[in-house]
Amino acid sequence: MTEPVITVRHLDHFFGEGEASKQALFDVNLAVGRGSLTILMGPSGSGKTTLLTLMGCLREVGSGSVMLLEHELCGADEALRVDLRRRLGFVFQAHNLHDSLTARQNVMMGLQVHGRGDPARHARAADHLLGLLGLGERLHYLPGNLSGGQKQRVAIARALVSNPNIIFADEPTAALDKVSGMAAVQLFKELGRTRGTTTVMVTHDPRILDLADRIVTLEDGRIVRDHPGPARNEPLAAPV
Amino acid sequence: MTAFLTRLLGRLPVGYLQLTHSPGRLLAALAGVAFANVLVFVQLGLAGSMAESVAIPYRLFQPNLLILSPVESETLTDAATLPRQRLFQALVHPDVTGGTSIYVGRSTWISGHDASSSIQFFGLASDAGSFLHDALAAPLVSLSLSDTALVDTLTRFVDMRGFVGATPDAPVPFEIQNRQLGAVGNVSIGGGFGGDGVFLVSDQTFFHLFPQRSSATPSHILLGLAPGADPGRVAAELVQLYPPDTVRIRAVTDAMAQEVRYQMTERPTGLIFAFGVVIGMVVGIVIAYQVLSADVADHLREYATFKAMGFRQSFFIGIILEEAIILAAIGFWPGLAFSALFYQTLAYLTNIPIFMTPERAVAVFVGTILACALSGILAMRKLAAAQPADLF
Ligand SMILES: Nc1ncnc2c1ncn2[C@@H]1O[C@H](COP(=O)(O)OP(=O)(O)O)[C@@H](O)[C@H]1O
Ligand SMILES: [Mg+2]
Repeated sequence: MTEPVITVRHLDHFFGEGEASKQALFDVNLAVGRGSLTILMGPSGSGKTTLLTLMGCLREVGSGSVMLLEHELCGADEALRVDLRRRLGFVFQAHNLHDSLTARQNVMMGLQVHGRGDPARHARAADHLLGLLGLGERLHYLPGNLSGGQKQRVAIARALVSNPNIIFADEPTAALDKVSGMAAVQLFKELGRTRGTTTVMVTHDPRILDLADRIVTLEDGRIVRDHPGPARNEPLAAPV
Repeated sequence: MTAFLTRLLGRLPVGYLQLTHSPGRLLAALAGVAFANVLVFVQLGLAGSMAESVAIPYRLFQPNLLILSPVESETLTDAATLPRQRLFQALVHPDVTGGTSIYVGRSTWISGHDASSSIQFFGLASDAGSFLHDALAAPLVSLSLSDTALVDTLTRFVDMRGFVGATPDAPVPFEIQNRQLGAVGNVSIGGGFGGDGVFLVSDQTFFHLFPQRSSATPSHILLGLAPGADPGRVAAELVQLYPPDTVRIRAVTDAMAQEVRYQMTERPTGLIFAFGVVIGMVVGIVIAYQVLSADVADHLREYATFKAMGFRQSFFIGIILEEAIILAAIGFWPGLAFSALFYQTLAYLTNIPIFMTPERAVAVFVGTILACALSGILAMRKLAAAQPADLF
């Protein structure tokens, strides 16, 4: 595979302290190549979200090692994690749009995280992406006036607009109808091909599995299966 | 507005958009800020009016004089007296060109069946003209006739219309202290917190009204100085002439400033006003804090999302300060308008000198911004509850 952008070694994760402590991940090892689409699968409570938040710098890594974009996350301070998050895109199960900002303004926030810039240019970039996602007519709508699927597409545009290195998505298509769900994942694949954007996604949608380069299955906090997906067109990384 | 703020801030005005998205909350917040502003303005207005009403009688005198007062007198109208001897003792100083005695007394004027006003009388010697405000020199002459007075057309609780335009040729009679007086002219001084009006009479008339007072014991003594003489130096040298701790000698302007400070910091009324200002500010801070922290609480998911996207703490501080400053900058104006209206009404009803000054408006505006910013900083603590890891 291409050079890995994420390398996870011997990752354990515990929630809580002492007696009440509960282990959610056990010795997870994983390498994700640049530009690939990796799918995380597994039953509810198996640790998919936990793994995603650890790789996405949203949680502190306490033991083992996570190399993300050439930075070690184990023991990394908050400032480094915030900096790294700016190079990532998140699509949550819930859209989490800001209810007082229009579709365009919500997407523009994805650019403004990188500091001052020309607002007109930000608006054009947002409009372009919203157009690609079929929301060209809804630029000035507040989230309250959009359907669930439309809101989720705005959230996807917000994650993609700053051209992130890696996209983390947790069941992003749950709120989408079949057509726009597929269209969104096609867009992720397209970005992987053209820009080397890597996608790590939790999903159970069988048609999306067909597009995966790699399918990782978790059970009870352990990786039980890690195999190439139907769309894989490159060799798997050597076992780590 | 959004475009303007976007240019100003270099980012989308998220705080502004958030505030205007819930108009009900915004209106409540603005009303709260305006209310707190009115509280503060009322207290500052009353305090300012007290300072002003304390200062006004001093303006009867030329400002470049020295005033000799009994040591126990904190105010111009204290009952204490000092020996007139002090005036003659001062005249030996080469820089003292002259002096005059001032007699101060208070009386109640029953002007109708249930109308009464507390009148402050100033008894002036016939040679006092050169020590008084230029505008008083001429009318002073008409007081030489016994039992005449210059009456204050702004006196409270009395219909003074009949006294306007009184002259020595057409005196307006009135009765006070069981004595028949004639108004032969007007002054416009007005009541303050200590009285309802100020009447000027000759020293002879003063002794008719206050038979227990004598010319030997004036309330204050005014001294004129040679041109170019330094009042501070002359005062210091004069003190040496008197038995220790018997006289206070100050420039008229200093005496006025000291009495203002005394009334504001050592008398209950002054302290009550200061306390009222603090209460007003606390009310404002609490209201703004309530609104801002409720707003943060309502947007925790959005803030957590922004945190996940990589926005730093400074961004959130910016949003909350943006909201705080908008609340302050908009809420101030209705507060100012209400307060100005209140001042006018109060001035009309009570004749106290209360009015809006630009300095006070600017000070309250700045104070409002700072108080709202403080509320914002307090509300910021709620932000810690926004955890991006919980979003998935
Ligand atoms: N914040 C948390 N505190 C305590 N336990 C948690 C927390 N988040 C998840 N867990 C536990 O960790 C395990 C894995 O959860 P999660 O990663 O959400 O699974 P999945 O996303 O695969 O459904 C579950 O047993 C869950 O109860
Ligand atoms: Mg999950």
